[in-house]
Amino acid sequence: MSLPTSDHARRRRLVIGLGACTAFLLLAGMAAGSEGWSLGALLQTLNGPDATLIVGEIRAPRTLGAWLTGALLGLAGAVAQGLFRNPLADPYLLGSASGASLAVVLVLAASALAGHGIGLATADGLARFGLVGAAFAGALLGAGVTLLLARGAEQTTRLLLAGVVVGVVLSALSDIVTSAAPDALRGKQAFMLGSTGFLGWGACGVLAAGLAVVLPLSWRLARALDALTLGEDSARSLGIRLSRVRLALVAALALATGLAVSQTGLIAFVGLVSPHLVRRFAPAPHGFTLLASAASGGALLLMSDVLARSLVAPQEVPVGVLTALLGGGYLLWLLQRRRFA
Amino acid sequence: MMTRVWRLWLRLVVLAWCAQASAQTTLHDDRGVAFTLAAPPRRIVSLLPSLTESVCALGSCDRLVGVDRFSNWPARVAGLPRLGGLDDALIERIVALKPDLVLAAPAARATDRLEALGIKVLVLESRDHADVRRTLGLLAQALGTPAEAEVVWSRIDAALNAASARVPARLRGLRVYFEVDPTPYAAGAASFIGQTLERLGLANAVPRELGPFPKLNPEFVLRAQPDIVMAERRALADMKRRPGWASLRALQTAQTCGFESSRYELLVRPGPRMGEAAQQLADCLGALK
Repeated sequence: MSLPTSDHARRRRLVIGLGACTAFLLLAGMAAGSEGWSLGALLQTLNGPDATLIVGEIRAPRTLGAWLTGALLGLAGAVAQGLFRNPLADPYLLGSASGASLAVVLVLAASALAGHGIGLATADGLARFGLVGAAFAGALLGAGVTLLLARGAEQTTRLLLAGVVVGVVLSALSDIVTSAAPDALRGKQAFMLGSTGFLGWGACGVLAAGLAVVLPLSWRLARALDALTLGEDSARSLGIRLSRVRLALVAALALATGLAVSQTGLIAFVGLVSPHLVRRFAPAPHGFTLLASAASGGALLLMSDVLARSLVAPQEVPVGVLTALLGGGYLLWLLQRRRFA
Repeated sequence: MMTRVWRLWLRLVVLAWCAQASAQTTLHDDRGVAFTLAAPPRRIVSLLPSLTESVCALGSCDRLVGVDRFSNWPARVAGLPRLGGLDDALIERIVALKPDLVLAAPAARATDRLEALGIKVLVLESRDHADVRRTLGLLAQALGTPAEAEVVWSRIDAALNAASARVPARLRGLRVYFEVDPTPYAAGAASFIGQTLERLGLANAVPRELGPFPKLNPEFVLRAQPDIVMAERRALADMKRRPGWASLRALQTAQTCGFESSRYELLVRPGPRMGEAAQQLADCLGALK
């Protein structure tokens, strides 16, 4: 920083910057389509016969959905990093990612495994359940198993370790399923890369409802997260009932992650990097960090989505690749700038 | 006297060497690596389904001693040892089978390891119809049955022509969207599937410039409004639920071909069953209303 700015001013700058960025990106998201990125083409499309279809049914929900997914992931990342007091924590830590991919693989393999490993009726039921429902249930199940193994959220280290172990075991299970039913491999790969291409209004509704539940919940727990930064004993001495708070945080984390993952697959890095971007730019108590992480996660995923659509239109770049490049690149730049400041 | 005997001996040596050279086959695989096979291979391992099918189509199925896990045609390969896939080939089991030739695709990670262990690996790549013809030729040469290649190819060609003749005239020139993966990846005009469709008199909704299997923006498909949509049955059933896709006219009017995954496999393998694949496409096209 060249000017001695107070944290408060920095925060205000971040809010203004994120707001402007998001507004611009929402507009860009409406303009970026299969013919590339241009306002002229947007006007032409809007006046054309397919306006409601192309812009109303595809671009608008996709743009909004990408922002909402990014916001959920950014928020989940901030919650995870606060809860574990670990800057390397990310939303996929509690076994939710591998739980979701195991469930997706099971659904994909259901038809192939019918009659061999599982019964026909079970296979039919799994297929009807759909990929979205399966991913959501799998994510919650993964987090649930982690909680069970850690015997509640009493000890952070045990929770962290249980999450890592559950993650490894569940992904090994899904590897076993794919080697028994290689058909599921392609679908699994698509899920692992993540995609924003098929977000519709229904998905947006679900994501928005999820954000409306998780955001106030985490906001209420932000004070507890602040107290936790002082250490567990200090937090307890401040009158915080740690086990209940932790459980609520884990629930918020699992819900946010499960929703995001079920709609778009495992989009990498947004959850890890968003809280860092916020903290590097403007250190603040958790209340602000949580909200700003959600906003920057949304902006990051939306920017990646817009670029994914427009860089090689009408083809697409996998969106997860761009989140890593953009978010990682920006974070490296921030780190570098800090050192010389 | 001495010189004459020596000359005679020299002539014999040269003759013998020439005779030996003519028994050897030298060919270049798709990496450009030169191959000299002293005798036609008798124990062959194939690490790609289309190469397994090619070996069998060339009449040398009985020489296969092992195949990859995806090879499932013809039925007789089902009894052979399964040796993993291109990325996780079971090196030890392959070596234990003592093959005198391993057939692999360029993407195979096992190639270097197998060659370091002294096993001959023939790398063949099939991307389009011309490639299939060329690899059949190379393979037939390697197998010591060079005449078979043209026989197999003319069978494929005849099946393609027969399939083309069965496509109803009203469908000619219609644009097809062939989805290979619901991400969505499509088979464009530049792919071998696109070439087969072209032989059937159909156009492709995905132009040649986008490459063989581009990952498309879903909007592109809606704008293109293909006349016919083809995909795996499950992906096709799911299409109407994708945002906006219910307005695809081909879906509304059921101008679609959905293939069961066992049948779909046939369509996405560039090998000797391309003719059969074309027949299957013609079956579906003939049934469209």
